[in-house]
Amino acid sequence: MYRWLLCWRYLRTRFIALASVISVTLGVAALIIVNSVMDGFVAEMQNKMHGILSDIIVESHSANGLPNHEAIKSRIEQIAGDQIEGITTVVHVPAMVSIDHMGEPVTRQINLIGIDTKTYSDVSDFSKYLLHPENQELVSFALRESGYAPTHDRFPESGWTWRRQMAAYHKSVAAMAAEKDRLNRELLERMNSVPTNGEPENSLEVAANSPASTESNANSELAFPELPAHLQATVSKPKPTGKSNNSTMPPIDSVVSRPEDEAKVFDPEKEQHTGIVLGMSIGVTRYRDQFGAVSDYFYVRPGDDVKVTFPSAGRTPRAIEQRFTVVDFYESKMSEYDSTFAFVPMDQLQKYRGMTPDAVSSIQLKLKPGADLVAVRDQLRAEFPLETAVQVNSWKDLQGALLAAVQMETTILNILLFLIIAVAGFGILAIFFMIVVEKTKDIGIMKSLGASATGVASIFLGYGVLLGLVGAGAGAIAGLLFVGNINSIADLLEMMTGQEVFDPTIYYFDSIPTIVRPWMVVWVVLGAVGIAVMASVLPAIRAARMHPVEALRYE
Amino acid sequence: MNSVTPTPLRVVAREEAIRPRRTNDSTPSPLKVVDNRILEAKNVCKTYRKGGHEVPVLIDCDFRAASNKITAIIGQSGSGKSTLLHLLGTLDVPDQGEIYFDGARIDNLPRRARDQFRNTNLGMIFQFYHLLPEVTALQNVLMPIMIERGVWHYLKNRRQLVAEAKDLLARVGLEHRMHHKPRELSGGEMQRAAIARALITQPDLLLADEPTGNLDRNTGRQILDLLHELNEQDGLTIVMVTHDESIAKDCHCTIRLRDGRIEQ
Repeated sequence: MYRWLLCWRYLRTRFIALASVISVTLGVAALIIVNSVMDGFVAEMQNKMHGILSDIIVESHSANGLPNHEAIKSRIEQIAGDQIEGITTVVHVPAMVSIDHMGEPVTRQINLIGIDTKTYSDVSDFSKYLLHPENQELVSFALRESGYAPTHDRFPESGWTWRRQMAAYHKSVAAMAAEKDRLNRELLERMNSVPTNGEPENSLEVAANSPASTESNANSELAFPELPAHLQATVSKPKPTGKSNNSTMPPIDSVVSRPEDEAKVFDPEKEQHTGIVLGMSIGVTRYRDQFGAVSDYFYVRPGDDVKVTFPSAGRTPRAIEQRFTVVDFYESKMSEYDSTFAFVPMDQLQKYRGMTPDAVSSIQLKLKPGADLVAVRDQLRAEFPLETAVQVNSWKDLQGALLAAVQMETTILNILLFLIIAVAGFGILAIFFMIVVEKTKDIGIMKSLGASATGVASIFLGYGVLLGLVGAGAGAIAGLLFVGNINSIADLLEMMTGQEVFDPTIYYFDSIPTIVRPWMVVWVVLGAVGIAVMASVLPAIRAARMHPVEALRYE
Repeated sequence: MNSVTPTPLRVVAREEAIRPRRTNDSTPSPLKVVDNRILEAKNVCKTYRKGGHEVPVLIDCDFRAASNKITAIIGQSGSGKSTLLHLLGTLDVPDQGEIYFDGARIDNLPRRARDQFRNTNLGMIFQFYHLLPEVTALQNVLMPIMIERGVWHYLKNRRQLVAEAKDLLARVGLEHRMHHKPRELSGGEMQRAAIARALITQPDLLLADEPTGNLDRNTGRQILDLLHELNEQDGLTIVMVTHDESIAKDCHCTIRLRDGRIEQ
């Protein structure tokens, strides 16, 4: 009884000991915050990776793909059919995309993925990350009229509306260029023609007076004043969005610049090429304007055309260049995916590459909830050994390096922060020694009253436990409060310092993700209390060993 | 150890009117010693080591304290009287010799048993009172009980134990001060609280180490009166260390210590 009474008294009267516990509090709070935020990051990342990558990927090494995918699919279903929820086939090739931006080609290295729109959503959250709300519902490679990214602030006009504007603009530019060409030709002809008779004058007169020529003159006169107005019409719309530069010199993705026969019949105002969904970071770059606001700069937007170069199938792959119309952006906020993934319809890609319709690059499986990922993977691995040029991986295998890196980071941070608590432990040790020395006389008194050595030791051990509990408890509460309000705290810090805690040009999330695992909190608190107790063992032993007579004499 | 081996002087307490011992049958002693000597030291030697030198403090001390009596141990500073009291109170162990309480040897008991002995059979008061500064007078008085009993026992019988402690405090004249911390009490009040604490376990023996050494004459007198009263009314055996002849004169018997030896 006296132990608890004295523990309690010491706790209430020895504030220096409480000060020593503040470091425990801070350590515990920091551990909880770091773990929660890291867990939040990892969970968010895994969620995205998992959402994008299907559970298990049966992939061919060969550029020509798995030759007879229906047979393989049925084999897979035989092996693990009861655990499979969805199955889809994919063709993917490394590719280069070339975006015509203000007359200059902007090239990006991409991973061109041909997907089966009917089944791809069964295995992946792909459609969730598309910008057009209707595409999120049902993936389509047809360009939408408008209404892209209603949730995005200042998303420029896209879709058919934009495409028609651009096409009309390019048409008028082309018409002017044609007119200029024609005039130039006429001039050349006239300069080259030898004036042997009065015909040139005539022809000049004819040219000047003929209705056709006046018409064309009138046309050009009409066209020229009209142009700036038209230019303004196309340009002024994105201007308030701060991306006006985009249109001051329009992409020369025009019919005129392409002399191919096909182009002559292709009317960009009414037609589109095969649709492509580009990763957001391929077509858009994020920057900070002079006012410090974060803006997106669009090299390309839905409605524009891009050129994609990719290898053909066959024994000697050749580069194939194909024109696609951007129909949507794909924004998973995982920079790795957003900057490399481009999706096209699988059947089209097979056709362009010269693959047979039953050849695919990989078969992707989604497992039922609760299915054993590793077991299914191993079963499939046994069925398809590496020698068959087939590789079976789970999504975790594919992202193993990244996950391991994050895991290691978390571990190292945990060790470092726990060292902080250990340092705090030495502070407690020192202060406890001080308290034991200060309380020497009390120890002597208690021993003279018949308190046993273990009884005296347990006063100080109990004191350590109490201090640890107080410190760790306060730390846990502080940490949990911090985690609970982390976004408001980040906002407050931003307001006070003017420095963004999470730079949106670097981090693609608007709120900091956190996950608090109760067991993590319990372990951290137990660890901190354990350290406090360990730090009080030595002082307690010293107190227990004190000789009562000497302790009583101590002044 | 001791090169000097003088014939020990046996000091037998002066017998006076024997009052009945106060009834405390909770710990009946197995060995009852004749002529009711409650505390006995036989050939006790104690030496301290200081910087490689051995300093003999007590040399062959032989002494008996009769029960229900006040025995004074008187001597000058450094004569070893406090050390003798510590040995009697099992706070320290003698290098040689034996100490008996109620006929049972106590100096060679295991530490646990000695702790228990101090707790239940013995009360101690000191010159500097030695109250715990963190807790109130009442809690100080209850401390030996708290040490003796477990948490549950204490909490279960709390009401009764507190009532006992309050009675005891009232008896030593401190009922109006029981909720004060030691630093809020005067020297005399602190000593009264210490006496109450020493008596809470109803011991057979009270060891007092210069109980009036730090008090003015008047207050000291009151404390001594209180001790005498306890002796007379309850038959409490008291062994008191003092350097004051006038105090020793009032005691039933006196033992003189000089340079670690007992003389008459």
